[in-house]
Amino acid sequence: MVLTGAEIVIRCLQEEKVDYVFGYPGGAVLFIYDALFQQEKVRHVLVRHEQAAIHAADAYARSTETVGVALVTSGPGATNAVTGIATAYCDSIPMVIISGQVPTAAIGQDAFQEVDTVGITRPCVKHNFLVKDAADIASTIKKAFHLAKTGRPGPVLVDIPKDVSAQSAEYHYPKSVEMRSYNPVVKGHQGQIKKALKLLLEAKRPMIYTGGGVILSDAAAPLTKLVRKLGMPITNTLMGLGGYPATDKQYLGMPGMHGTYEANMSMHFSDVLLAVGARFDDRVIGDPNHFAAEPRKIIHIDIDPSSISKRVKVDVPIVGDVKEVLEELARLLDESKHEQDTASLATWWRQIDEWRSRDCMKYKNSDEIIKPQYVVEKLWEVTGGDAFITSDVGQHQMWAAQYYKFDKPRRWLNSGGLGTMGVGMPYAMGAQLAHPDAQVACVTGEASIQMNIQELSTCKQFRLPIKICNLNNRYLGMVRQWQELFHGGRYSESYMDSLPDFAKLAEAYGHIGIRVDRPADVEGALREAFSRKNDLVFLDFQIDQTENVYPMVQGGKGLTEMILSAEDL
Amino acid sequence: MRHVIALLIENESGALSRVSGLFSARGYNIESLTVAPTEDASLSRMTIVTSGSDDIIEQITKQLNKLVDVVKVVDISESAHVERELMLIKVRATGKDREEMKRMADIFRGRIIDATDSSYIIELTGNQTKLDSFIGAIDNALILETVRSGIVGIGRGDRILKL
Repeated sequence: MVLTGAEIVIRCLQEEKVDYVFGYPGGAVLFIYDALFQQEKVRHVLVRHEQAAIHAADAYARSTETVGVALVTSGPGATNAVTGIATAYCDSIPMVIISGQVPTAAIGQDAFQEVDTVGITRPCVKHNFLVKDAADIASTIKKAFHLAKTGRPGPVLVDIPKDVSAQSAEYHYPKSVEMRSYNPVVKGHQGQIKKALKLLLEAKRPMIYTGGGVILSDAAAPLTKLVRKLGMPITNTLMGLGGYPATDKQYLGMPGMHGTYEANMSMHFSDVLLAVGARFDDRVIGDPNHFAAEPRKIIHIDIDPSSISKRVKVDVPIVGDVKEVLEELARLLDESKHEQDTASLATWWRQIDEWRSRDCMKYKNSDEIIKPQYVVEKLWEVTGGDAFITSDVGQHQMWAAQYYKFDKPRRWLNSGGLGTMGVGMPYAMGAQLAHPDAQVACVTGEASIQMNIQELSTCKQFRLPIKICNLNNRYLGMVRQWQELFHGGRYSESYMDSLPDFAKLAEAYGHIGIRVDRPADVEGALREAFSRKNDLVFLDFQIDQTENVYPMVQGGKGLTEMILSAEDL
Repeated sequence: MRHVIALLIENESGALSRVSGLFSARGYNIESLTVAPTEDASLSRMTIVTSGSDDIIEQITKQLNKLVDVVKVVDISESAHVERELMLIKVRATGKDREEMKRMADIFRGRIIDATDSSYIIELTGNQTKLDSFIGAIDNALILETVRSGIVGIGRGDRILKL
């Protein structure tokens, strides 16, 4: 069958069962948009800025098990997309981005809306392609989807010059992909898994530390089963929240810079640490030398060999898909005649409970002024702990991660790696489109939300009833916190003057806006918002301007050197 | 420690920049890098000379392997191997220097591949040290121009880097 390049693109997306494409049209993609117009299977979501298209497609992928798809034009369309692509890359999110390019003959001529998209995006994609012949489009898109979702997932960009999308070619969508240069290891090494199991069972102070890899490989169920059977303590990183139920007694909370006292102490003083789909990030272990000073055996399961022994030396590396390896570990545990050292484990738990009794997440609530932690706690109550929560980046992100107890995977969407302000609302859009009947809330701040505020318009057009919880402290809160603690209280450019009236702003876009000033009104406002099933409600909470995020491990310090509250300073 | 990494990569546009970009983005050192297609035109072979601690070299090979276009990576300096570099050196060759230059080229088994009234181009092959020694052995003031290829390397005996 002979089709145009543009028609081939759309056919390929249909073959991949893509429901939604997030994008923005422009000169170089006009043929593709024309082909999109003439069919109904693939629906298009018109955003108001390309960055939001990528974020929304990214969230669609994060909240489901599918590949997110975005479509942008050449030049500024592609450069606007870069922040979104880098965000997805840092968090290993499977995505395919199709970008238009100037016609082949114009490439390199400094044509109108021309940039070297493949060159610009190279460091922030898993792989990218420039398609020079319409006959190659189908096989390239097939490869793009395959690369995006297998191995360590990531964004893949396909750049298509305008003349290529207009050319005709024979269409055939390949059934499978063979790439001699790309064969990720899925099954873990049996001998290594046995070794790991032995170490775990003999451990006196075992600790399990899991990250985003558990979410990405859909391994929450086998992980939970295994951890319960072993009876060991577990912590989930910022990217791994929901990998293990947060309300379970074996769960110690999040580790790291703003993690709990018990999680950090248990990480540090464990004698066997099982790391699963996590990468010993600087925000998690603090100073790697301080961390390495305490002897412990480390088992590390990861699909990406380059994540292993990158920041800490690992004793038992296991390369493979997290889910496969955990299931194999569970199977071997069932068969194992090895006795677990339960006596030592009980002593270890007594120690952990002592750390826990410090109650590091307690905060001083107030009748006068709204505390951000209280808002998140109430949000958890009102949504029954079952909402999709997105956040932007800063203090509110940490409060959301600390106080919303995620029991399920794929419910917490945030930019953990790149730390991109402005993801919150587009993430909520993607999640709501993927789960039309679910409760979706965006916990944000007055600074972050303004980085993609234009998407209120997209939400109106596509009737997305997301709930925006703006924790408004009139400050770039996290910057202010660091300036207070480490820069002598010199608040350089961290105060936001001339803020809009967010309630009125929401109304101007055709939504509902509610300003909340008093703690007594928090719960009522949340209930009101979530009772409005078909409306976007913008809740503008005026919170305590001086509230800081605790506990805290200062950058470059060790995990045990925590500031638990303002009194520790 | 100095390491010589050989790799096979899909012979596609942009392949070189993926590799060089990786080195610059992660702050790895490149002493030299050579690349050319192999007998199978769909594959290119690179030889990269780099240096770093064992941890860094481990990361370099892992990161290279992670590039989608890279088919195989081997640190050939881990075992017996042969390295060669080609140098073309243009020297002033007049008066008594003309004979002396010819003699030095012979000692180092170089070949004079171009001669004018006043200059020679000498072709010299060997490992890095040999080429360095040649430069050290002749009068520096007589060197007009040098160009070196960067080294290519291959494992000895049964160690074969092939698909």
